[in-house]
Amino acid sequence: MVITMKLVKTEDKLPISYPSEGAAGKTGTWRLERPIVNNEMCTRCYLCEIYCPGNVITVDKEGAHIDYNYCKGCGICVKVCPKNAIKMEPEEE
Amino acid sequence: MSSATDGKGILVVPACCTSVVVGTAPKTSMRMPIVHVPFASAAAVASGLREALLVRGLEDKQVIVWAGDGGTADIGMASLSGAAEKNADIIYIMYDNEAYMNTGIQRSSSTPRGAWTTTTPIMGKTEPKKDVSRIMISHDVPYVATASIAYPHDFYNKLQTSLKIRGFRFIQLHSPCPVGWRFDDSLTVDVARMAVETGMWILYEYKNGVIEISNPSRYLIQQNKFKPIEEYIKIQGRFASVDENTLKGLYEYRNRNIEFLNKLAK
Ligand code: SF4
Ligand code: SF4
Repeated sequence: MVITMKLVKTEDKLPISYPSEGAAGKTGTWRLERPIVNNEMCTRCYLCEIYCPGNVITVDKEGAHIDYNYCKGCGICVKVCPKNAIKMEPEEE
Repeated sequence: MSSATDGKGILVVPACCTSVVVGTAPKTSMRMPIVHVPFASAAAVASGLREALLVRGLEDKQVIVWAGDGGTADIGMASLSGAAEKNADIIYIMYDNEAYMNTGIQRSSSTPRGAWTTTTPIMGKTEPKKDVSRIMISHDVPYVATASIAYPHDFYNKLQTSLKIRGFRFIQLHSPCPVGWRFDDSLTVDVARMAVETGMWILYEYKNGVIEISNPSRYLIQQNKFKPIEEYIKIQGRFASVDENTLKGLYEYRNRNIEFLNKLAK
């Protein structure tokens, strides 16, 4: 017996999601404290980038950059930075 | 994870905290294909998906289950055991935050003894933690490993190792939950590291029938340099009601686990 399958062509008939920024909203609004990097103290060790649970830190030649749209202010980066280059400051509304 | 699998991974996620993180249709925050499935079925769906990919000749794809401890140790146990027994060609990652966190911190069988949850409110859980990795070793699958979010390199290496093996692979990732374990968010990595340093969580790999203790834990076991368990439990509010008896139970649990692993280690 041959089973033939008719594929549904139109994408809107399939329950498919597509990668897009901010699928859960701008989660940075949850933040109570804002991490500030002092790039003069930063040694580009990448530890903050690796440990940040929000995956919002990018380390490059200039230092560590935080995407505040999605940083939730958990403070893990402050704790893992071996150079104490990141400080938490109260968020101004 | 998407970088480790180099665009070849497909995620299967049962109901768990991650289902929330991924976001609602028609958007997703993941940079890889992902299938949301009912609680109990993750391992079964993943096995089927893998077979279907093989039929289509897509040998190099990796089907990866990403499930919580509730969806693994309790609700998903039957299909997990079935997939392991059949040696289904999938990777199963259990991220273990030791309770049903996003539904309101109810105990799971992976909750350790003495821990407060909303369903063990007075004395904490009275039963010890179910050791799922050990259950997987008993299935004699090609690869079993424990990992911790405090040791990301170790986890990444284990993921890489597992990607090169075919057959059923299981990784249990210890992931503290600030809300459910009652500690400040910023201490998440420190709490995870303390679990390893006190021996409440031991990092190892099981390959070809032998256990190899991973570097962070190996030194601690060889030199018997574990920190006292008190240091681990005093930084978490969930262990506030632990008394002497429960503490003794936790020490016994830890020592028996070390003894067991030592026996199987090369
Ligand atoms: S505060 Fe938390 S979320 Fe924000 S950058 Fe630091 S580690 Fe990432
Ligand atoms: S952890 Fe600290 S020193 Fe390392 S890259 Fe981040 S900010 Fe720089």
